[in-house]
Amino acid sequence: MNAIDFTTNLLAATLAMGTSLTYATLGEVYTEKTGVLNLGMEGTMLLGALAGFATAFKTGNLLLALFMAMAVGAALSLIHAFLCVTMRANQVVSGLAITMFGSGLANFLGQRLGPASNRYNLTGMNLSSRFTNIAIPYLCDIPILGALFNVSILTYGLYVLVPFAWFFLYKTRHGMVIRAVGENPRTAAAMGISVSRVRYLYTLIGGMFAGLGGACLSLSFIPSWNDGMTGGKGWIVIALVIFSAWNPARVVIGTLVFGGITSLQFSIQAAGFKLMVPAQFLGLSPYLITLLVLTAMTIIAQKRKGAFASPSALGSAFAIDDK
Amino acid sequence: MRIHLQKRDSRSTLMTILVPVASLLVSFLLGAIVLALSKADPLVTYRAMLRGAFGSQTKLQYTIAKSIPLLLCGLAVGVAFRLKFWNIGAEGQYIAGVIGITWVMQFWTFLPVALLLPVGMVVGVACGALWAAIPGVLKAQWSVDETLTTLMMNYIIIGYAEYLYINAWKAPRGNMGTILYPEAAWLPRIWGRVHAGLYFALALVVVLYFVLYKTRWGFELNMIGKNRRAAQCQGVCIKRNIILGMLLSGAIAGLAGVIDSAAVTHQLTKGVNAGYGFTGIIIAWMSNLNPFVSILVALIMAALETGSDALQILKLPSAMGEVMQGLILIPLLAGSVFTEYRLAKSGTHTEATA
Repeated sequence: MNAIDFTTNLLAATLAMGTSLTYATLGEVYTEKTGVLNLGMEGTMLLGALAGFATAFKTGNLLLALFMAMAVGAALSLIHAFLCVTMRANQVVSGLAITMFGSGLANFLGQRLGPASNRYNLTGMNLSSRFTNIAIPYLCDIPILGALFNVSILTYGLYVLVPFAWFFLYKTRHGMVIRAVGENPRTAAAMGISVSRVRYLYTLIGGMFAGLGGACLSLSFIPSWNDGMTGGKGWIVIALVIFSAWNPARVVIGTLVFGGITSLQFSIQAAGFKLMVPAQFLGLSPYLITLLVLTAMTIIAQKRKGAFASPSALGSAFAIDDK
Repeated sequence: MRIHLQKRDSRSTLMTILVPVASLLVSFLLGAIVLALSKADPLVTYRAMLRGAFGSQTKLQYTIAKSIPLLLCGLAVGVAFRLKFWNIGAEGQYIAGVIGITWVMQFWTFLPVALLLPVGMVVGVACGALWAAIPGVLKAQWSVDETLTTLMMNYIIIGYAEYLYINAWKAPRGNMGTILYPEAAWLPRIWGRVHAGLYFALALVVVLYFVLYKTRWGFELNMIGKNRRAAQCQGVCIKRNIILGMLLSGAIAGLAGVIDSAAVTHQLTKGVNAGYGFTGIIIAWMSNLNPFVSILVALIMAALETGSDALQILKLPSAMGEVMQGLILIPLLAGSVFTEYRLAKSGTHTEATA
């Protein structure tokens, strides 16, 4: 295998891997921009993956599967919004609860929704249809970058959604409202904005994106269902939001880098190279790199005030009559 | 007329007791709905779980044995949460403990067998403490977000442990797992399946209660968690306390790992990441960070786990325990607002000024 083929394959794998991460990260950016921290991403993605897979398995309808994944993502985030916005619960603990409940429910349903012939398990079942790559004629023949034009419809969707998110948040009036709610809820409320309504809405939207991100895994990347198949990607998402400095345009860089690192181990093995390090070390490397990058970025942010600043009201409850 | 929340003048004691108890009942009710919707009879399932957890002497012993590492992890998380340090890494610190004791058991063969257990325990606890100290230092020195660092460190050590039991430390026979610890170095059993780890756990509850509620240091930790700025004004060194708090938290989680491997698994192998650290979060939060209450909550969580293991044999979904554990926190979080707020009708005189 020559270097160009290897790079093309690596880019293709990175895009497939990064798609799921990008959807969920975009969702979390929307949520955090309004000042709500949703640590429930891991559980929401897993439940989305389950809902998508189960729907596609039962009906064979992929669009319906995507819709169901978004619906359960929204439903799970509704709990988070209710706890954090209405009941003013601690956002960290609430997010952890959402992750534990979402993962538990997904694993439980995975043991219930399968066919009787498989003891009601969904694990080991195959889908009759899945999202396959669609090649755009001529463009897909470009060396290396051609991989960008031979991806699934889910990835093409991101080519629209990412620029849209940036434009929406930074260039529209409504985007300004969102940022005002996340930066200074008191002022936003004084301007006549309903802080609770904005926070509810974008927590739900964030959950829909996370559900979609999960469905990308089970309907396209690895079309199957396995207990805990997100394997910590929901937590990488939380870190990616920080790396992107809450800017959708930078989300892509982060997801490409992390998708690339994760794909590298498979690409190396597929290319038949002998591994210099044990497979487990490659497996843990995305987490180690996340840890190192996060530390480095936090230190830089402190040296240069204002770099990578989070929304000021992130993580804190808001009530108009609080003193 | 609208109903809304109004701040209480002081925390309601009645509510601090009532809310967790009510949450437990609500979560069982919600669990019943989940079961009914997935075409499993809730009553049959709950009865099977109850029987699986407490149905016989052996089952009761299993449940108690399971509650020991859970209680310790709950205590570990509780210490960090007291500081509002979100230590999600008890899982990793637990594994660090297991790695530490396995290292001693396997390679410190120059020691007399009688010394292996105490030395192994000390090394394991130290490993847990050091693993926790890394995010502690990162937070104290540069305020690096601890939820993410502790979590990432879980995945890192899970991968490392896997490397150890599949490659580096693998026993010559079989395809995974280290060789068993010498039998003379096992933590003895005291009642059937229940092992001497229970003494450690219960003693630690008493010691922690004393340290956290009766000493100056415990008071400082509490103050940092409640009101960081006030603590700073009082001259409390926040950096030092964060690192010390995390050392203690990690040491306790490490102890959980050390005890469970010395008494139950006797090796480092697959399944070392059993999720005790995450259950510890539920235990700490449900018990309102109180060590004595943690005993009861840990027992309930252990019962949910042994109870749902029993479901597997009956061809009922064994992941139900996981669902229930996740469910419990939700009504608790929703309800805890009532300890600090009360419901009030809007439009009354006091509200007009708000």
